[in-house]
Amino acid sequence: MSLDVGSIRKQFPIFQRETSPGVPLIYLDSTATSQKPIAVIEAMNEYYRRSNANIHRGVHTLAEEATAMYEGAREKIAKFINAPSAKQVIYTRNTTESINLVAYSWARANLKAGDLVILTEMEHHSNLVPWHMLQAERGIELEFIPVTEDGLLDLSAYKTLLNRTPKLVSFTHMSNVLGTINPAGEIIRLAHEAGAMTLVDAAQSVPHLKVDVQALDVDFLAFSAHKMCGPTGIGVLYGKKDLLEAMPPFLGGGDMIKEVKLRSFRANSLPHKFEAGTPAIAEAVGFGAAVDYLSSVGMDAISAYEHELTEYALERLIEIPGVRLFGPDAEKKGGVASFVLDSVHPHDVAQILDKGGIAIRAGHHCAQPLHEKFGIPATSRASFYLYNTKEEVDLLVNGIYKVKELFG
Amino acid sequence: MDDLYREVIIEHYKNPGYRGHLDPHDIQFEDNNPLCGDHIEITIQTDENEKVADARFDGHGCAISQASADLLIESIIGKPLDEVKQLNKDHILEMLGIELGPVRLKCALLSLKVLKAGVYGLGEASDDLVE
Repeated sequence: MSLDVGSIRKQFPIFQRETSPGVPLIYLDSTATSQKPIAVIEAMNEYYRRSNANIHRGVHTLAEEATAMYEGAREKIAKFINAPSAKQVIYTRNTTESINLVAYSWARANLKAGDLVILTEMEHHSNLVPWHMLQAERGIELEFIPVTEDGLLDLSAYKTLLNRTPKLVSFTHMSNVLGTINPAGEIIRLAHEAGAMTLVDAAQSVPHLKVDVQALDVDFLAFSAHKMCGPTGIGVLYGKKDLLEAMPPFLGGGDMIKEVKLRSFRANSLPHKFEAGTPAIAEAVGFGAAVDYLSSVGMDAISAYEHELTEYALERLIEIPGVRLFGPDAEKKGGVASFVLDSVHPHDVAQILDKGGIAIRAGHHCAQPLHEKFGIPATSRASFYLYNTKEEVDLLVNGIYKVKELFG
Repeated sequence: MDDLYREVIIEHYKNPGYRGHLDPHDIQFEDNNPLCGDHIEITIQTDENEKVADARFDGHGCAISQASADLLIESIIGKPLDEVKQLNKDHILEMLGIELGPVRLKCALLSLKVLKAGVYGLGEASDDLVE
């Protein structure tokens, strides 16, 4: 399967710009945030130009339109991940807030001192720190599925951990550093057999793979719009209906209530129970447009193209003397290539590449424990999306040779 | 090829004159830049006139952070501690001879932050020291 990348690139206005005169943008940082197609930008502009109003409760034309657009986007997102109902799609600010919602609402109602939560060594800080905070407050216990030398989760160690009857297994579907695509279905099945709930950090997977929450049988799943061609400031928590209904509200305020008295309130039904205050309406509209855009290209085609591109990138990068790549081979990973180059600090690599218009990320990518595990303070990371090309990979490789020359 | 990697920076990065650790020392301080994992330790020997008799830096990190540290140490030897306390970010930027964005500025200023926290005898190095 192949994409018409030429015409895809034309749909992203940012690729018309140069980073400095005569230097076109080579954007290899989509794991941090993706670029936005004109359809998303226009949908948000159009909302502000024509339909801007606060949602719900209003009866005037604009309020009706804004509400329909906001809720219509929710329907599209639900369909995109095959959620049984749009009521199970809770808007949040981002993946981080979605995970925190589970940690504050579900976990504080269901976990007590000594209860075990299983995480993994490849988690982003957003799926570590909320649990550290709960550990400090509640005295829960944390254990971690180890990462093997080739960047995979050690499933036999996981099975051993499951003997300790954890209450929750929370893990990333796709590592933002190693690119590893974890066998989510199997991890979830094993967790359920052991009587544990599951939370999947799908920030990196939903943008790049077809994710079906019912096929996965996942209890909670979190992702962000901005990594999937949508705007920043909006994300989703998907949850199973009975769980969400039983959970206490998260933030209190307008819209999350059915009724308020001076000394009490009754919480609203799903999904509004978890959406206090005026939400990111234009962003929801943009999120809906992003889902439409990705669906029109086709998630299977996107995955297949990224796989081909990643395979090519890994082949080219490993040819460079002094490059050490992290993570599994292309078969088991998404479009991420994290590496170190000789003794050159990743920030220097990134800075020199930037002069050639090449945007990569350098640092620990919010996964400090994973870097410690591999004994390095930081990596350089190039990541790919549907708009990247093999020519851009070649330019990256040439750029790395320039870095070597300068520091040689 | 590149302003940011002027010869002076690459040269101080590759062949630092003041990398090391003084023992005994009168002042010692170390800190990290959590963003990139840069690490700098500075040790100083002072004389009876409260001047910097000798100083060294140690650590690891990007070329900007390590070259800045080397240039900084070079510039403070023989200076009164009171004068060292007055140093600010312009001092570093003048020596580097480049302009830096907000992210890389943190790399460049790490050594100054460590130096000032040490000279002031503070428990923690704060960004306010190098504003």
